[in-house]
Amino acid sequence: MNQNSHLADRKFIISGFFIFVAIIYILRLFYIQIIDDRYKLDARNNAFRNRTEYPLRGYIYDRNGKLLVQNVLSYDLLVTPKLAKGCDTMALCQILEISKDEFLRKMKKACQAPNSPRKESIFEKQLSNKVYAALQEKLYRFKGFDVQSRTVRRYPRPIAAHLLGYVGEVSKEKAAKDSYYLEGDYIGISGIERSYEEQLRGVKGKQIVMVDVHNKTKGRYMNGLYDTAAIAGKPLFCSIDIDLQEYGEKLMKGKKGAIVGIEPSTGEILCLISSPSYDPNLLVGGKERTKNYTKLYYDSLNLPLFNRALTAMYPPGSTFKLIDALIAQQDGLITRSTVYPCHGGYPPMGGRPKCHPHPSTDLPGSIATSCNSYYSYVFREIVDQKKFPNFEDGYNHWRDAVRSFGPNTKLGTDLPFDKPGNVPSIKYYNKIFGKNHWRSNTVVSLGIGQAELTLVPLQMANVVASIANRGYFYTPHCIKGVGVEKKLDEKYKKKNYTYVQNQEAYNNVLDGMQKCFDAGTATASKIPGIIACGKTGTAENPHGKDHAVFSAFAPRDKPKIAMVCFVENAGFGGTWSAPIVSLMIEKYLTGKVTRPEIEKRMMEANLIGANHVSEKKTKTKKRH
Amino acid sequence: MRKEEDSIFYGIDKLTVFIYVILVFMGWLNIYAAVYNEEHKNIFDTTQKYGMQLVWIGSAFFIATVILIIDAGFYTVFSYFFYGFLLLACIAVPYLGREVKGSRSWFRFGSFGIQPAEFMKFATNLALAKYLSNVNIEVELSRKNRFIDLIKNYKNTIYAVIILSLPLLIIKILQDETGLALVFIAFIITLYREGLSVNFLIVGLLSTLLFVLSLVIASNTLITLLAVIACLAFLFIKRSLKHFIIVSLIFASASGVVLATNYVYDHLEPHQKTRIDVLLGRGTVNLKKEGYNVNQAKIAIGSGGFFGKGYLQGTQTKYDFVPEQDTDFIFCTVGEEWGFVGTSSVIMLELFLIIRVIMMAERQRSPFSRIYGYGVASVLFFHLAINVGMTIGLVPVIGIPLPFFSYGGSSLWSFTILLFIFIKLDANRLVILR
Ligand SMILES: [Zn+2]
Repeated sequence: MNQNSHLADRKFIISGFFIFVAIIYILRLFYIQIIDDRYKLDARNNAFRNRTEYPLRGYIYDRNGKLLVQNVLSYDLLVTPKLAKGCDTMALCQILEISKDEFLRKMKKACQAPNSPRKESIFEKQLSNKVYAALQEKLYRFKGFDVQSRTVRRYPRPIAAHLLGYVGEVSKEKAAKDSYYLEGDYIGISGIERSYEEQLRGVKGKQIVMVDVHNKTKGRYMNGLYDTAAIAGKPLFCSIDIDLQEYGEKLMKGKKGAIVGIEPSTGEILCLISSPSYDPNLLVGGKERTKNYTKLYYDSLNLPLFNRALTAMYPPGSTFKLIDALIAQQDGLITRSTVYPCHGGYPPMGGRPKCHPHPSTDLPGSIATSCNSYYSYVFREIVDQKKFPNFEDGYNHWRDAVRSFGPNTKLGTDLPFDKPGNVPSIKYYNKIFGKNHWRSNTVVSLGIGQAELTLVPLQMANVVASIANRGYFYTPHCIKGVGVEKKLDEKYKKKNYTYVQNQEAYNNVLDGMQKCFDAGTATASKIPGIIACGKTGTAENPHGKDHAVFSAFAPRDKPKIAMVCFVENAGFGGTWSAPIVSLMIEKYLTGKVTRPEIEKRMMEANLIGANHVSEKKTKTKKRH
Repeated sequence: MRKEEDSIFYGIDKLTVFIYVILVFMGWLNIYAAVYNEEHKNIFDTTQKYGMQLVWIGSAFFIATVILIIDAGFYTVFSYFFYGFLLLACIAVPYLGREVKGSRSWFRFGSFGIQPAEFMKFATNLALAKYLSNVNIEVELSRKNRFIDLIKNYKNTIYAVIILSLPLLIIKILQDETGLALVFIAFIITLYREGLSVNFLIVGLLSTLLFVLSLVIASNTLITLLAVIACLAFLFIKRSLKHFIIVSLIFASASGVVLATNYVYDHLEPHQKTRIDVLLGRGTVNLKKEGYNVNQAKIAIGSGGFFGKGYLQGTQTKYDFVPEQDTDFIFCTVGEEWGFVGTSSVIMLELFLIIRVIMMAERQRSPFSRIYGYGVASVLFFHLAINVGMTIGLVPVIGIPLPFFSYGGSSLWSFTILLFIFIKLDANRLVILR
């Protein structure tokens, strides 16, 4: 017993040991259950899948409610690399029709930032129908892989690519800046898709679903308490007329250039054509997209991705004379009956700029015949008028008056490009000629829309619209409204007044423009039954054959459409641009074309190509 | 008074029974959660494990009652018989039993299965208690705790060790059930209580430490380190031949342990190697394969937080991320759905039962009952420590159940028998049993 009592103390050691171990365990549990958050995240990653519900992107309709852009379903293959280890790579490669190397490359990409092995990311975009069908059957075999449906754009009519723009994957920079976007998301990259991205995209929905160890969906987390539904994007009612747009693109086939049509009474853009164009369906995404884009990008002959209607800087040529005529009348420098001499050129400068033979004319006649000499006088009258003793003030007066029609200003359109064009400043010429080393005669060719004066086609169309409105314009915009309520920004309902408010001045200019069709440079393009006003132009092109320009609006009273057409390297504006514009106006106003032989000639003409380029050597320098 | 003493429930420790019932009930709730799926909600559905567990629980209560009815003397008298009989059953199982899922430790009766190795625990405990109380000696090898005295009473120690080693070796070698075999190591605690030299334990602990170190540190480095320690020891001890020899012997045997460990490790089966690697965090542990269980177990427990995710709300549990969650990994269910509150409660409750058993053992007049009681406490503790330890990554994965919690008839019956024999012995604590 004595011994036993000695040993009995060991019960404390034994109990103490048991308690000690239990305490260690409880401390350990305290650490992993309460202090260490890693396991909570791991548990979430195991069983929770954040599914993004992509909203339907808004449809785009034309001004008459005809469908321009719709959506079709497409499927992306997603992967969570951490869960995908040990899956049957070979079988998957076979279904996806990719090599093992490519598989590994994609897997590596899915593991690297901003993706992570624990995060689901896109493995393969826009599976083809065949691949999707094959994959869907066997998806359960590929742990860690999942298919997500999304919509991509579809263009029922393959037109207006430049205007509509395209949707593509968001750039890394944008995704980093804007929390709405995750890498791999789609965003409007150009055109209307870009301008109205926020309205079109809608709001993404979020679902938290739970999956079991076999990656089988077991329902929503908390019965969907934290889920949000996707809100579809709003429909967009585009202001363009799809038929007019399509017709214009047909006419411009085989030609480089641009056509912009505006409804003067609203500023709505009726058509915006940049040629050569491409089928917008080529850039909807998937494997093909990159290939197609590269092909378009490297087409250096046609530059199909170049949006000429909004970014090509063309000299307006003779169409610019209209502005000079208006300013000079507003300033009381000339009247309808003012006549200037022309002997095949501007006499004070020794017959430069040159002109073509024509009888002496009054103001309307000078527009109809497009006399260069007349407008050299007019330009100098404006710049050198007596109320500005300082030459620079005179020049600035002219420049500001011109700018009131839109040139050299940002119009504030809803189009992705808003290039101001260029009406050269005094500073610019001082740099070239030196201060006080230039006068109105030095830059006299500005008066006939040449020299450094450049505009983008949209601006020229806006000038025509302001003339059609007799003194004001609405900021050009390409939508009638957003959503079913057709909401439109107030800034598009505001009139912008030009410097010239003298209605008699407009009347005189319009007489000249009407005469242009009746007995002037565009007689061949006269539209039967419609009183239209037009002005031809030939924009001098230092790089090759001159560009043909034609501006017009119709009808003369209550104008419905103002339009400008540039055809590159086509020579005289009356030959190419005027017929095209006249056909389009006719088509738009009457719905039909009465001059099929002109239509046929325009459509079949191919002005792009090696043969045509060689003509520049034999070109004759004439301006009309 | 007379009447009360005649009742079979006279003198039984109600608190212990109460804790037992609570643990069994909590175990069932967690099994239900672990197996739960929406299609089978009927708790009596015996095609489901929670339905089956109800059958096991009911039969366990019946067995407990029978144990309490039988005279306490029966257990002492038939100690060796139980031991011998079950030992034979363990030997016979690999030959007579049918192989189930690669395991050869089961006797099958239709859809029922019995694992004799589970019952070996109480039988061995009885036999050990019988032997140690019969010789009526302490296993203590020296009153003065002198290392040299180890030799003196070695015979008794060796017999005790043989009683423990036989089932260990048979179950390990014939049945290849590591978890079931290792339990018998737990009886060292009993031996310690009955007088096993502290030196013996220290040697054991140091060997274990060396064993682990030699797995972590390169053997050359470790032996060099040991040599340095030995040299330092020479500086501080009395410079006599005797001490010199002792230190040299210690150094030699320590080096032997290191080399032996490396030899054994190199000759382990690959899956055993990886289990050790997983625990030590060595090499690149593939969380998809070897480390998967432990990792998922830790995720389940770790994600429970303080209050847990709520009953039947554990995503790890419900969606089957943790394998064997109704049996060896049942603690994960507790951790995930009941949180830290649940895990610490279960540990404390089990610990309370163990401490209670020790307290009861200490109040026995009969050495047999005391020794048996310590055996019960040791076995329960070993299971608790290993089972919980492996789910939280402190112990290698050894498949043994959490007492009263894990699903399974054999283990529940075995723990019930183990505990209730002791409760019966305790009810007769005033009687000296031999
Ligand atoms: Zn002339």
